[in-house]
Amino acid sequence: MKDTFRGGVHPRERKSLSREMPLRVYNAVGEMVFPLAQHIGKPAKAIVKKGDTVTVGQCIAEADGFVSANVICSCSGKVKAVEKRRTISGAMQECVVVENDGLYTGTSDYSVRDNPDALSVEEIIARVKAAGIIGLGGAGFPTHVKLMPKTPLGVKYLIANGAECEPYITCNDQLMRAYSDEIIEGMEIVLKVFPNAEGVVAIESNKPEAIAAMEKAVQGHDRIRVMALRTKYPQGGERSLIKAIAGIDYPVTKLPADVGCIVDNVGTLYAIRQAVLYREPLFRHPLTVTGEAIANPCNFIVRDGTSFAELIQAAGGFKDGKEAVKILSGGPMMGVSVSSIDVPVTKTTNAITALTEDAVERAERQMTACLHCGRCTTVCPSGLMPQMMAEAAEIRDYDRYEKKLYGLDCVACGSCTYICPAKRPLTQTFKQIKAEIMARKRAAAAGGNK
Amino acid sequence: MEIILTTTIVITVIGIIVGAGLVFMGKKFHVDVDEREAAVRECLPGNNCGACGYAGCDAAAAAIVAEEAPVTVCPVGGAAVATKIGGIMGANAEPVERKVAFVKCRGTCAVTKNQGAYTGIRDCRAAVLSGMNLAECDYGCIGLGSCAAVCPQNAITVTDGVAKVNEARCVGCGLCVKACPKNLIELVPESKFVRVECSNRDKGPFVKKVCTAGCIGCGICAKQCGSDAITVENNLAHVRYENCILCGKCVEKCPAKVILPRKAEEPETKSA
Repeated sequence: MKDTFRGGVHPRERKSLSREMPLRVYNAVGEMVFPLAQHIGKPAKAIVKKGDTVTVGQCIAEADGFVSANVICSCSGKVKAVEKRRTISGAMQECVVVENDGLYTGTSDYSVRDNPDALSVEEIIARVKAAGIIGLGGAGFPTHVKLMPKTPLGVKYLIANGAECEPYITCNDQLMRAYSDEIIEGMEIVLKVFPNAEGVVAIESNKPEAIAAMEKAVQGHDRIRVMALRTKYPQGGERSLIKAIAGIDYPVTKLPADVGCIVDNVGTLYAIRQAVLYREPLFRHPLTVTGEAIANPCNFIVRDGTSFAELIQAAGGFKDGKEAVKILSGGPMMGVSVSSIDVPVTKTTNAITALTEDAVERAERQMTACLHCGRCTTVCPSGLMPQMMAEAAEIRDYDRYEKKLYGLDCVACGSCTYICPAKRPLTQTFKQIKAEIMARKRAAAAGGNK
Repeated sequence: MEIILTTTIVITVIGIIVGAGLVFMGKKFHVDVDEREAAVRECLPGNNCGACGYAGCDAAAAAIVAEEAPVTVCPVGGAAVATKIGGIMGANAEPVERKVAFVKCRGTCAVTKNQGAYTGIRDCRAAVLSGMNLAECDYGCIGLGSCAAVCPQNAITVTDGVAKVNEARCVGCGLCVKACPKNLIELVPESKFVRVECSNRDKGPFVKKVCTAGCIGCGICAKQCGSDAITVENNLAHVRYENCILCGKCVEKCPAKVILPRKAEEPETKSA
């Protein structure tokens, strides 16, 4: 077993901006917006309507189908509207808008602890589902689905993802320092579901404090160990972790569970612990507000639905009153830029990064033709050849892209774009052509059904 | 002398055997070639644009002869080609009106604002995927010219943030219709110049907020229309071209001035 994967890059970390800032709870004051599609899969169905009174922890939209998740209200107040609002993705999406009364009244204060040994596997999964927990790492895959693979006995590894390889972001670092015992408790609960699995807490070596805290917490838990991984982007990607810990490569058509691995973000495991032991649904999570354009970068525990603008204010606003050039939801490698800061935080938002320079614009100015240097191939964690994929993409040779070059295995980590000396927008090209291939497949499937 | 004789006999015998074999094979594996296919292929424009839905003009000709496709299958050739093919096939070609592409948006920089600066690949589809909406309006033209890039006739230009079709050059192949990620482009009969130049399906006040030239779905046009040629669905008016008699009443009454009578013909611009 190695401590890392093939390829990868070393972007400047910039974690020092916020890494020593402890998590602090931020309670929003303005209106709260809850998009119905915060997860992968079918959007949830709103079960409240305009004028309804809602409380903290109340389910305001129910999962619609198997791969879907509940949406939980994070404040108390009156439902102002169920309407289309702009969300992080830039599109208008159906959202529940709640006028926050600032009292945060709830039905429970989540202090009654249940005995984890008395709970059956079904009960654990049911509680996770009711809590609306989804993967907090970014993709937002509903966690209850992850806990129900076809062969639970075949799962060999439960990986707690604390790698946090994305530059700037530090909230999971802080979470592991402050709540190490709780995360381990969450892991023990999940290990009950997978009796043959070994728990591995994966942390990049650039977080010595978090590693020490977790090492201390795992003492006495003989099924769990801590593993320090080499600091390299994208170490925290699901595939990179499985490669580094289990030594397994697997095709894009398979899920981690098919190769005996379950990967959960440390934040998700903390949420699982809260949901199963205290019946606390997922309505708040750690988040970093950072970047050169932020006056006091810091780590928060925020309630879902808080607007970006409010959180930026809570972090001291923009430095010197100058508006940021670019604001990202997430980090600079995989985050998406937002066109407005009047968008709500969703369950998967782990950072707000405000930058003073738009690197994409600069890259666009400096872009030249491909030099065929092959650096992109050396850094690709999926072992692909981005340079040839880009050529196939340019002439829209979908078959070559998919079947000869395995372009659908691209995880869009951005390493190739980062390393490219010709400043070619490789990742964006791949994202686009992947979307086009998927659209073609959907069209072909629809045609076949007729 | 003997050598020459032997050689001649051997060659002759081989020739007879091979000849007989060829005749036999020719009969056995005979494929009927429809002469009409070549004739139909001659009539088609031959730019292999694929707008008919077949792989190219050859495939389209084969489909026409096999009677899988109607004689009017070629949208580029229009009525003239359809008549010719009809003559070959013995079918009576219904005259088809030439169709032209029409961009259902007039959200120029003057009437709608930009929401954020997009940087990245200059392609509408890439921009949509990135989540950045260039314009405030979610339905409107992005203006990065994916349609113009696929147009084989250079008939589309992006001016002032909105794509515009030069109808004189457009051959109605429909490639731009497929390229537009916002589904803004529609093929319309050339003569029906009364068209709704907006695609926003939001309610009136929301439209007003983002664009001063948008359809507010008030329905006045539908009430004015005497020939049931205009409907308002999902807060957006749409003309039923087969019913429209070009009376122009809707144009007059539209409060948002979004139903525009097109000028009869735009002057042909110099070829790019």
